[in-house]
Amino acid sequence: MRGPFEAAPPIELTFTLNGRPQQLQAPPLRRLLDVLREDLGLTGTKEGCGEGECGACTVLVDGAAVLACLVPACQVQGRSVVTIEGAGFEPEQQAFLDAGGVQCGICTPGMIVATRAWVESCRRDGVTPDERGARDALAGNLCRCTGYGAIVEAALRAAAARGEPT
Amino acid sequence: MSACVGSDLGRPDGPAKVSGRAVYVADLAVAGAWHGGAVRSTIAHGRVLRIERKPGFDWRRVVVVGPGDVPGDNVQELLSDDQPILAERVVRHVGEPLLLVAAPDLPTLEAALAALRPIVEPLPAELDFESATRVLHEVSIDKGDPGARFDSPPPGARLFEGTWRTDSQEQLYVEPQGCVAWPADADGTVVVRGSMQCPHYVRKALARCFGIAPERARVVQLTTGGGFGGKEEYPSVVACHAALLARAAGRPVRIVYDRHEDLLVTPKRHPSRVHHRTLVAADGTLLAMDVDVLLDGGAYTTLSPVVLSRACLHASGPYRCEHVAIRGRVVATNHVPSGAFRGFGAPQTCFAIERQMDRIARALDLHPFALRRHNALRLGDATATGQVLHDSVGSLAVLDAVAARTGIDRHRWCAPAMAVPSSNSGRVRGLGMSFFFHGAGFTGSGEELLKGRVAIRLLPDGRAEVAAGSTEIGQGTTTVFTAIAADALGCDPGDVVVAVPDTAAVPDSGPTVASRTCMVVGSVLASACRELAARIGGAAGDFRSRARAWLAAGGDGIVEHVYGSPPGLVWDQATYRGDAYPCYGWAADVAEVEVDLDTLEVDVVRLTTAVDVGKAIQPRLVEGQITGGALQAIGWAQCEVVSSRDGRVQQDRLATCIVPTTKDAPRFDVTIVEQPYAHGPFGAKGVGELPMDGGAPAVLAAIEDALGVPADRVPATPERLLALLEQRERTS
Repeated sequence: MRGPFEAAPPIELTFTLNGRPQQLQAPPLRRLLDVLREDLGLTGTKEGCGEGECGACTVLVDGAAVLACLVPACQVQGRSVVTIEGAGFEPEQQAFLDAGGVQCGICTPGMIVATRAWVESCRRDGVTPDERGARDALAGNLCRCTGYGAIVEAALRAAAARGEPT
Repeated sequence: MSACVGSDLGRPDGPAKVSGRAVYVADLAVAGAWHGGAVRSTIAHGRVLRIERKPGFDWRRVVVVGPGDVPGDNVQELLSDDQPILAERVVRHVGEPLLLVAAPDLPTLEAALAALRPIVEPLPAELDFESATRVLHEVSIDKGDPGARFDSPPPGARLFEGTWRTDSQEQLYVEPQGCVAWPADADGTVVVRGSMQCPHYVRKALARCFGIAPERARVVQLTTGGGFGGKEEYPSVVACHAALLARAAGRPVRIVYDRHEDLLVTPKRHPSRVHHRTLVAADGTLLAMDVDVLLDGGAYTTLSPVVLSRACLHASGPYRCEHVAIRGRVVATNHVPSGAFRGFGAPQTCFAIERQMDRIARALDLHPFALRRHNALRLGDATATGQVLHDSVGSLAVLDAVAARTGIDRHRWCAPAMAVPSSNSGRVRGLGMSFFFHGAGFTGSGEELLKGRVAIRLLPDGRAEVAAGSTEIGQGTTTVFTAIAADALGCDPGDVVVAVPDTAAVPDSGPTVASRTCMVVGSVLASACRELAARIGGAAGDFRSRARAWLAAGGDGIVEHVYGSPPGLVWDQATYRGDAYPCYGWAADVAEVEVDLDTLEVDVVRLTTAVDVGKAIQPRLVEGQITGGALQAIGWAQCEVVSSRDGRVQQDRLATCIVPTTKDAPRFDVTIVEQPYAHGPFGAKGVGELPMDGGAPAVLAAIEDALGVPADRVPATPERLLALLEQRERTS
């Protein structure tokens, strides 16, 4: 249901999107997902369930992986939002291609964003990336094609490519 | 020359998918498109009295389409004419569409749908398929004289009976159903673009709905976010709805289901009950089999006759037996129609025969592995339909491969429960296996009747374009076609492009189903490419230069070939005798589980599988098919619950519709076996569905090994395991 979230009058939103300043008008409770996809045309962020279960809409807000279908637009006020269209995902993108972690592709942008957040959190927290950690980090991102083995391998390859000891 | 086949090319569709540039139906920018939706029945069976419009809504803001607005037949074109596009007088399942609405934006659409209330007088609903009486289709397979064997068994023979049940399963493609339709253009052509497996099916459905020639409907596949059978027949429903709304609105209309609607109304796997009677000699030799297969078809026929056919053709398993009777029925109920899902009836009957084999082994004190190997079909044996297996039979090879990887042949099955190491106290471990085959391609004369066509055509720049109706739905069609074409043409993979499946621009290769795309369509592609390569000749220079020279000299740069069955295939649809499939894929699984004795949660920790695919055109993609299919089977075995109350699907959102995550998936150990199939491209045969067939019986056997109770129903949820344990306590 969209209606209830869009009833309030729009507010002015100012945030950083993929490294650039962004300003727009949106109802405060409009889903960040709709702001990105419909207002800004960034359709790389996907909708699989609309209730925070599938992870296809994962984006970075201030570096943390969040689900854009659960985040109201007003919550990104003044923050930094990075979507799959943003820069800096190359190691993850290459790792997913190399490991065979891409099939139908609908979960892939969310997987890649979540993987980058995991690799960066490992670095920040001084944790060695391993299979268990990758499986924990990606447990909120559903894939129905691969059986996950190739996705976990992609996450580990991405960590290695970013210079993390694995 | 074979440089691409057997290598790992990398997916041509990969870069667009990892960058978010791939355009799925919800991403397609369409100026002025409205949003479409449906008013649906909330009850399972009833008489439609009227549809009330609540006062206060301004109906000029939307368009509404009813059954009377269908310009052609109000029939959802498929095997039978029993399903209307929009129900008129009677509704037969929850979620059945009654009216369609289009609005300029989603909040307006939601408000309009909420302001339309169907008034339906309830009728008695049939919600138990085991007692349902309206038969949609029947199948009989007879071999030898099982009746005589059961009546007068030889000395020492023993009779085993077993009833095995499986529940429904949701495909859960992560991209929901959807399409965009445009009103007829100046030529009267209706255009639909969307998420689908079979554009030519959608075209046929639109032609019927609009009363137009198929050529006046143009259907184009967009990047499709998974199908697994769920986008075989159902996209025709979405397409007809969107196209009817576009016609009424005079503008493009997009319908993209939200997950809730998708889970509530789209077809799922057929629930089953399979009863086995098996006569077995003391040494384990199968003497006679009697199998009764019952499927819940739901409210309409959809593809049920074909699902039942495949279920029955796999019901006696990959085993030799001289005397076989298989009786199958699919019955109508007031559940949401059952439909295509990877495996297409075979996972249900494979589950039953494999658990029956375990029961027999346990009673005769034979090892489950030895019993299977003893009875396994071999080269030269005849199946239940009398099909003699002439080549490409990897049965023993896959069995021996999993034995070598796991030692399952030496495992003491159902020995006193094995406690797992102390770090996991309170858990018990078990191993179970399954052995299975899957007929590749359409059943019987299906491919001969279909005559799938593929074209290879030279582009002005000298590249070769593959034109086929087969779709990329994640499984790797584009990559596989590129590899086959490159090697058959003798060119680099970069010289090959695969055309977008657009019914106005590609020939009808048949649907992307039945594990047929690589084996059947790929073989037609290979032969067309070889003819084109012969035409342009192997003179000096790279492929593109030679191709351009050929075109410049006025050469014909288009070759279109039609599928021809391998010589000698004979099938009698009336008697179900003969060559049921061109060939079979063979596989064996070993599942290792840990069961938590407090919660009875099942953790599948390792799945070892060996799969005979003929030839792995792209080994990495083959492995992706195997592990992805196996995880769907493992999910179905123990955690994917689909149930209904009063005909309404209970798991109607992802919070309650559970599928495995990274944390639930086991480690996979995959062995690819290659027993080449002479008529497949480079020896390849089908692989898409096979991995779905064996996971459930292997997991339930492993649970039985761990807990000592006979798990006889899929999914083996903790609640069901608790009931089995309590039953054992009561009876011991």
